Amino acid sequence: MSEFVQSMLRGLGSGSIYALLALGFVIIYKSTRVISFAQPAFMLAGAVLVSYLAAEIGFFAAVPVAAVLIAVLALGVERTVLRPMIGKPVFVVAIITIGVDVVVRVVTNSFIGLDVRQVGDPWGLSTVTLFGVDVQQRYLVMFVTTAVVVAVLFAFFRFSRIGLAMRAVAYDQEVALAQGISVGSVFALSWAIAGGLAALAGVFVATGAGVDQQLWVIALKALPAIILGGLDSLGGAVVGGLAVGVVESLVGTYQGDVAPWLGPNFALVAPYVLMLVVLLVRPYGLFGSKEVERV
Amino acid sequence: MKGRPGLYTSYAQDTAFLNTRPKRSWTGALVVFALLLPFAVTDDLLTLLATGFVAAIGAIGLNIVTGYAGQVSLGHAFFLAIGAYTGAALSGDPDGRVLGFGVTELPVWLLASGLVAGLAGLIVAPIAARLRGLYLAIVTLGLVFLGEHVFREWTSLTGGPGVGRPAAVPELFGVRLDRASAWFTGPQQLYLLMFVLLVIFGVLARNLVRSRIGRAFAAVRDRDLAAAVIGVDLTRYKALAFAVSSFYAGVAGSLLFVVNGFFDPGSFGLLLSVQYIAMVLIGGAGTISGAIMGALFITLLPRITRELPTVLPFISSDATGGISVFQVEAVLYGLLIVVFLIVEPRGLFGIWVRVRNYWRTWPFSY
Repeated sequence: MSEFVQSMLRGLGSGSIYALLALGFVIIYKSTRVISFAQPAFMLAGAVLVSYLAAEIGFFAAVPVAAVLIAVLALGVERTVLRPMIGKPVFVVAIITIGVDVVVRVVTNSFIGLDVRQVGDPWGLSTVTLFGVDVQQRYLVMFVTTAVVVAVLFAFFRFSRIGLAMRAVAYDQEVALAQGISVGSVFALSWAIAGGLAALAGVFVATGAGVDQQLWVIALKALPAIILGGLDSLGGAVVGGLAVGVVESLVGTYQGDVAPWLGPNFALVAPYVLMLVVLLVRPYGLFGSKEVERV
Repeated sequence: MKGRPGLYTSYAQDTAFLNTRPKRSWTGALVVFALLLPFAVTDDLLTLLATGFVAAIGAIGLNIVTGYAGQVSLGHAFFLAIGAYTGAALSGDPDGRVLGFGVTELPVWLLASGLVAGLAGLIVAPIAARLRGLYLAIVTLGLVFLGEHVFREWTSLTGGPGVGRPAAVPELFGVRLDRASAWFTGPQQLYLLMFVLLVIFGVLARNLVRSRIGRAFAAVRDRDLAAAVIGVDLTRYKALAFAVSSFYAGVAGSLLFVVNGFFDPGSFGLLLSVQYIAMVLIGGAGTISGAIMGALFITLLPRITRELPTVLPFISSDATGGISVFQVEAVLYGLLIVVFLIVEPRGLFGIWVRVRNYWRTWPFSY
């Protein structure tokens, strides 16, 4: 039993990383109707930035600073690269973000080098005992931080004027324009928020293990999460992210005993299997809004 | 007035495969040039061009499903892999370390790998037909990851990661094409083989897309709901597009590693899919010649960047100090995608159309 609970807690911890990344994807998708494949690069850049800053100003100061800097970077990318593409087919824009991803990642990699960089987190691999179950501190911190960030984000969208503007743009861009909302600044803001979330997620991925050149692969796990939850549902992103984390962790714990013929690393692709199964039943994910079809 | 470019004088000419005289003569000249090329350039360049031709077959396949039928697929690497393993397994040594059936005759395994990949496309199609746009893109991306896992674990077929297995054996009527014969060197033969195959598959694809099926694809791409209203069977044509595209991918996949002679499961990742997407988009989506141009461009790009250190001394040719060639290559690759799509969304084909129109209206080019 305690093995099950441990596995669940680990899953919720890493799931909250996916949830942060998935929120970034969904925020960009809601306002611009584009999936930004540049998120993995921003995540990597955030982690690398913290690994440099942490030595100077300490981990807790480095994280927000890095998140803000990556947000500014994402804002810059949106202004220079994405802004000329407004109104073009979404697929073309998505491919452009792949190009951006490649460029940012190569530049970031040259700051990593061949060895692993540490982010200077105060937890390392130490564990605490919680209700009789051993759990790594970093998973608890991930989960709590994500919960706080999600609460703040939802309050922001619900209660602030800018949040209202963002919801209006997500609902209908032309009508929002007609009401005097600057759709351009909403686009820019959503990229900035997504960049900041990606940087935060990157730091958490790097805690305990450190930053290497392959870190960005983790960000791709957020893709089944957003499809699972539905591309345009913020709540769906959180649920999808947690679900992906838990499924991955449980499969990793039990698949070796139950179905060893699936191969030792099946846990890594289990989220994609889950995604395919869910899509067979609900083509727009669990919480995504079904497209209204008119001729 | 006769012989003016773009002037059609009969319906037969309007619907012809090459509808104007300049097009006919220039295409003929290009084919002759390509056939004479092996006698003029060195073998290593020929090898590269042969790889480019194979990539072009794959890019045409992706273009059918993405450019013509409008179904975004990031899963091309998966279908390439299926073709590559089918071809390699069929022509492999029966007593070897990995699975093999010893059918080395090229037409047999080439068709088989196309058909198996096409079948895989058909199996995926029902899921794909239910999904739209970016949902579809990410689901096909999931295929790549699932495929990577299967190929990593199925070591009796693939040889396992880092080890790999020999690629398919190109043997035509008892002659090994990858080894030097009495008249040609190995690369020359492979170059000619790949060129002939590219012409065959290019012409087939061009004829497909200007037929009834091609028009149905275009209708699905432009607005699938409207297409359904005018009587296009959406599920059927989406499935057909996936099947044909996967067939091309299978053929390309089985040929892709013939030149190197060896491949391993790590070759079929996300990067390969993105490369093919880049070929289609840089070449020009929805055009056969665009796909060929894009494929040659992407394949030749590393060769061009390899030459950079001699021109720009601050770029080093190894991975140790300063800015390495590999970094420049990767950055350039990303930048090219970005710049191309922003500046010329119709790709290389669009540039060609502009050049052509300049001369067509010359000297009144305004």
